[in-house]
Amino acid sequence: MNTLEFRTAFISACAFSLLITTAHSSAETHDINKTLEEYDKRLQSLESRDAQHVTAGGADTTFNPAISVILDGVFASYKNDPQGYNLSGFALGGEAGLPPEGFSLGHSELVFSSNIDDKFFGQFTFAVAEHNNETEVELEEAFFETLALGGGFNLRGGRFYSAIGYLNQQHNHAWDFYDAPLVYRGLFGDQYFDDGFRLSFIAPTDLFVEIGAEAFAGRQYPAGGEHSGVGSWTVFTNIGGDIGVSQSWLAGLSYWSADDIQREYGGHAHSAATVEVPLFTGDSRIVGANAVYKWAPDGNYREQNVKLQFEYFDRDEQGDITLLNSSPLESSTLDSRQSGWYLQGAWMFVRNWRVGIRYDLLDSDNLGSDIAVLDEAGLVSNGHAPERVSVMAEWIPSEYSRIRLQFNRDDSYQQPDNQVYLQYTFSMGSHGAHIF
Amino acid sequence: MILRTSLLFTSLILPGLGQVQAAINVFTCEPEWAALAKELGGDQLEIYSATTALQDPHHIQARPSLIAKARRADLLICTGAELETGWLPLLLRKAGNARIQAGQAGHFLAAEHVDMLEVPDTLDRSLGDVHASGNPHIHTDPRNIARVASQLHQRLIEIDPDHTDIYEKRYEALDRDWQSAINEWSKQASMVNGADVVVHHDYWSYLIGWLGLNKLATLEPVPGVSPSTRHLSQVKKLLKNKKVAMIIDTNYMNDRPVRWLAEQTNLPVVTLPSTVDYQGGETLHQWFDNLVELIQEPVK
Repeated sequence: MNTLEFRTAFISACAFSLLITTAHSSAETHDINKTLEEYDKRLQSLESRDAQHVTAGGADTTFNPAISVILDGVFASYKNDPQGYNLSGFALGGEAGLPPEGFSLGHSELVFSSNIDDKFFGQFTFAVAEHNNETEVELEEAFFETLALGGGFNLRGGRFYSAIGYLNQQHNHAWDFYDAPLVYRGLFGDQYFDDGFRLSFIAPTDLFVEIGAEAFAGRQYPAGGEHSGVGSWTVFTNIGGDIGVSQSWLAGLSYWSADDIQREYGGHAHSAATVEVPLFTGDSRIVGANAVYKWAPDGNYREQNVKLQFEYFDRDEQGDITLLNSSPLESSTLDSRQSGWYLQGAWMFVRNWRVGIRYDLLDSDNLGSDIAVLDEAGLVSNGHAPERVSVMAEWIPSEYSRIRLQFNRDDSYQQPDNQVYLQYTFSMGSHGAHIF
Repeated sequence: MILRTSLLFTSLILPGLGQVQAAINVFTCEPEWAALAKELGGDQLEIYSATTALQDPHHIQARPSLIAKARRADLLICTGAELETGWLPLLLRKAGNARIQAGQAGHFLAAEHVDMLEVPDTLDRSLGDVHASGNPHIHTDPRNIARVASQLHQRLIEIDPDHTDIYEKRYEALDRDWQSAINEWSKQASMVNGADVVVHHDYWSYLIGWLGLNKLATLEPVPGVSPSTRHLSQVKKLLKNKKVAMIIDTNYMNDRPVRWLAEQTNLPVVTLPSTVDYQGGETLHQWFDNLVELIQEPVK
């Protein structure tokens, strides 16, 4: 689908959701009533299947489908020029990079979700983001999921965020900091999704034990290129439980594999005329580990809680780097090892107020036949290990609004940067989910 | 293909796992329904309550332990009326359990079986945490417990017809006791009938309706939003020259606003336990005994 079609679809979707929301306050327009009547009919036909078990006071039938809009914006201030940002030893791609200085919109989202029938659930997410002064509409999620397979099995299909990491599965407006951890920025271009299937199984035990596997087309960063079958795949496992009534935890391991990748990194210009784009061709493996711990007095999250979060990823790549548009064409073999981790904590010390701290550290060891080519591609660290310390404070007046102030001391590259973000996140429409 | 393979896999390994326990696995969102299920099913049921009396049932997360419990449940009993809207839909999707999905016999929502109070005319988030179906704290009126019990015992029979006799007998006994208990509580609490009260959160609307109390004000300006000093001052002004019997607070809430108003007005505060302490072995009967006792204290 081209950008124009996307935009038209998006605008009509916006108009549609607006109609649904306003219908509640002023149900005067004939059209709106008609739409609502159609929904009512659909609802009734769903319910009348079993008159005894109506879901009138039920969980999610107020809006059908549930529609929510996330408004997200940021005011950014830097010591260094954000255009000159790079991450030593990591070539940047995907969504990686800094928002422009001053005010800009973050990821505004439009989410539709609903039980499709008694067997399937569906979700559809548009994101609108600004890249290089151009507003882009992206299809972030479009998936179905089974409700009735039973036996602890779930099958998901379509486009969705991979289960490769804890944070990767959350929409970025649910993150505890404005920006992605450096290891996500360096390896996944902030966040990894693709088109494919996921099968997961939850064991019938008191301890939460989940195992699963995903098969993807392999077109999305950090994979890339055309693959006739499965282009990339993952396996993952998560375990978790409670310690008494006040503490809960979750721990996971994951593995990602992709062969015959053709991955283009974000290009950089030597002069106005030529743009050399580094292209990686080869195979890639990622191993991930994560752990999350939460504490709330008596398990009552409303008044006070603490959250600790840790993730580690290690990537191993073998292949070649080619500088597209270089003349003569320059290339090098690549034997790359990149890893990183972050540890963060957030504390809601009183209702509506939250503070947090995060530490990021990356490491890389990239070798090849022509170091100059790797340097051009941004894969030479010169012994600099990227590092960052972030602190944030949030005011959360209700479940639907949040104002956040964040400060980063960023050593992503040789010149340390001070970064300040003032961010708002508002959610309208259906009630969001309280994810763990 | 994958679907069929997994179904085959399921049918091969699961019967063995399912048969290990003869009891019916019950997952309840709130402790009051766990306590009620216990009365109705006794040892036939293996009951787990997702929350305790010290937790705000709006603000629960779909944490791993809850998914694991929901995964094995034969029957899910929740309040509904969007009380659990932040976490129950997510639990249902993650659990991979066909038996407890909406529309199935294993999906029981108590709020569907009682008359709802405070159903809003307009849905607008500036009015706070409003629930389209009305105030969800239905369990604070014992007559609602009786209504839910009647429907729930039928659902238990539907799910576990082999033990119909047990469920019938236990229900008849419970209903008899409960009706006489309601009469007793109503008689005991008759001295607070008509008394003017102030509440912190609109948690006790059903209790207030049952005992014939008169709510003058709510400390939260709109449901779910902490009162500001300005709003508290307005409430204080409103209460001037009124004969207010008490301020009613809920145990899981931050008591600062209530303490402030009590200091300013010298009004007695009654902090009521939000629900039965099921995990501590309390019964619904004991919890209502306690409520009726506590609410009379300031007027004695």
